[in-house]
Amino acid sequence: MTVALAGAPNTGKSTVFNALTGLRQHVGNWPGKTVEKKTGTYQRNGHVFSFVDLPGSYSLSAHSLEEEIARDFLVRERPDLVVAIADASSLERSLYLVCELLEIGVPLVVALNMMDVAQNSGLEVDAEALEKALGVPVIAMVARSGQGISRLLETIEAIAEGEMRAPIPGPRLGAAMEELVARLDAMLPAELDVPYPRRWALVKLLEGDPPIRRTLESVVAAEVWERLESVLHQHEQAMLEIASGRYDWATEAYRRVVIRPRGERLSLGQRADRLLTHPLGGLVAFLAMVFGVYWLMFNVGAPVQGWLDDNMVARSANALENALQGWPNWSTSLLANGLIGGVGLVLTFIPILAILFLALAILEDVGYMARAAFVMDRFMHLIGLRGQSFLPLFLGWGCNVPAVMGSRIVQPRAARLTTILVAPLVPCAARMVVIALFTAAFFGGAAILVSWSMVMMNLAVLALAALLISRFIFRGQESSFVMEIPRYHVPNIRTVLLATGERVRRFAVLAGTVILIMSLAVWALSTFPSNDIEHSALGYIGRGLAPIGGLMGLDWRMMVALLTSFVAKEQTIATLGVILGTGERGDAALKASLGDIMVPAAAVSFIALQMLFVPCAASVAAIRQETRSWRWTGFAVGYMLAISFVVAIVIYQAARLFGLGV
Amino acid sequence: MRADDQVVPLGMLRPGETGIVVDLSGGRGFVARCLALGCTPGTRLRMERNVSRGPVIVLVRGTRLALGRGESMRLRVKRQEDEA
Repeated sequence: MTVALAGAPNTGKSTVFNALTGLRQHVGNWPGKTVEKKTGTYQRNGHVFSFVDLPGSYSLSAHSLEEEIARDFLVRERPDLVVAIADASSLERSLYLVCELLEIGVPLVVALNMMDVAQNSGLEVDAEALEKALGVPVIAMVARSGQGISRLLETIEAIAEGEMRAPIPGPRLGAAMEELVARLDAMLPAELDVPYPRRWALVKLLEGDPPIRRTLESVVAAEVWERLESVLHQHEQAMLEIASGRYDWATEAYRRVVIRPRGERLSLGQRADRLLTHPLGGLVAFLAMVFGVYWLMFNVGAPVQGWLDDNMVARSANALENALQGWPNWSTSLLANGLIGGVGLVLTFIPILAILFLALAILEDVGYMARAAFVMDRFMHLIGLRGQSFLPLFLGWGCNVPAVMGSRIVQPRAARLTTILVAPLVPCAARMVVIALFTAAFFGGAAILVSWSMVMMNLAVLALAALLISRFIFRGQESSFVMEIPRYHVPNIRTVLLATGERVRRFAVLAGTVILIMSLAVWALSTFPSNDIEHSALGYIGRGLAPIGGLMGLDWRMMVALLTSFVAKEQTIATLGVILGTGERGDAALKASLGDIMVPAAAVSFIALQMLFVPCAASVAAIRQETRSWRWTGFAVGYMLAISFVVAIVIYQAARLFGLGV
Repeated sequence: MRADDQVVPLGMLRPGETGIVVDLSGGRGFVARCLALGCTPGTRLRMERNVSRGPVIVLVRGTRLALGRGESMRLRVKRQEDEA
């Protein structure tokens, strides 16, 4: 028996789902979509229930990907039962979705969650009265503490054992709308070849639902469609009236079951919000919170990473080299440098990422994210993005991979893609290492000023890219900022840990697949046909790029160093150490040699090139995973490649023109 | 001091003021989202936070909604006399 869980975001749907399925769950994606699909099973008294967690949505119109997926599943797959998660503390709004579920005509159980929150905010919700008003079973719950879960399971089981109630007819929508629906109904042929309930499809048509419009247009005769269109055209306000009709129904039910014994009082959350949504106070609080996350990443995560790097990666690479003595050189090098050095290095990032993901999951579960988005919206707005994009981008300062993966929280799709595409332009820590070395080598006392200017240049490019992508590529695709500010909740440990574990798992899978292939490719290019990088394939490619490098004042060695930064941005330094033969003698020798092979103007040009160059292998893999499209991945790589070359050439040529630093 | 039947964009309400939704304009996606979140014509909204040029927070049907500045100008409301 298939049971679908439907509910708006912030109603505790994941908590209910986790409580129902425990660890017997599978997380994947909806076919061809980037939206997470969670399924899980539960066995009891010989029944097997398979639960499907539908994407969180406030309604079943197809104006967002989540809504479209949820309702396509409901109308096409026809689950045996739908459990609607309603939030008792904002019942009126929850009933809107219940109303739509009743209209679609699915067997329904309402899980009335967050009874404790409702009570704390002075609302008394009568679950039995609601059951009478709706005509479907209603179960009062506090999912966070497991209260009501067993009653929900008993109810589901009873339904499985044949106490199945037929779906009750959906609520009426008010006389004018009912008349209009009847009029459309009369215009259509008696038999319609559509995969939707007829009345439901007509209501959606009146609401201007794009997929339903397309479907109906394709199955009815052209002249019928034309007449239909003219009626729809006369009633463009139908969308407003239908939604009002649903809310009238919801309000009526709400009034019958909710008592407000106490007047409104200022809750702790509201008091916190005075600070957290304040334009200045909220900004300070947000930055402090981000600082705290960074502090944990670098003071707890980084030492663990260093330890893993020294003890696991370096040791296993050494041990492997010793164990494989007598094997051909290339095979030892493949395993020790290509495999362990590449993927092992990436895997050591897991402690840092785990801390980051854990912090994000907690902030999300508490309900803070919406506040952060609210505070940052006024700034993000200036570059064509909305508040939700700020957090993932900000995390990019540490590493671009979590920035790309964190873009999941951004809605809708156009805004999410824009965020993913510009995330690799955030100057990450690895790039800052390279910049620090170059500015110190060439600019002495002015190093900080030069670094700062380059970071500003980088951010300007990011802002411009975001603006151009949102204006031109996703032109006309609305990205409006309308977001619920949910009540604060004590985080649920299980929900938080499951979310963190899932994200870490995804990163590990990424490291084991795409990043593995890419690091092996770079290893092969730098090892064949000669182990000496100068005469390797990479060396020849570098020479091939020398003419372009010439425009930026850079020779082939710098181009090779740049190319290897694809594995990891800080690789540039290691490569230069090898090519310039300064590896053993450290940074000072490297800085001195750099001064011999290029002028200061070329150094600035190289810094720009390094900052804006194609995303590193891990970021590319993350982009591919999050966009699920090689086209967008290719676009991200291509546009950054183009920008980096153009900016570097302009900088060097301008410097030459004005005779600066040459 | 103001006529209580004054129709203004939502973004013009000051914190603490209430208004009743008159109509919504903008793309279908935007309108549909506002409607689903409870801002149907006739609904009473209360402005919670509204600071120069930034997004606003309104209270609607017992829940709080954040709307961008531009979005807040696309909802027209009938300003209500301050509730004494």
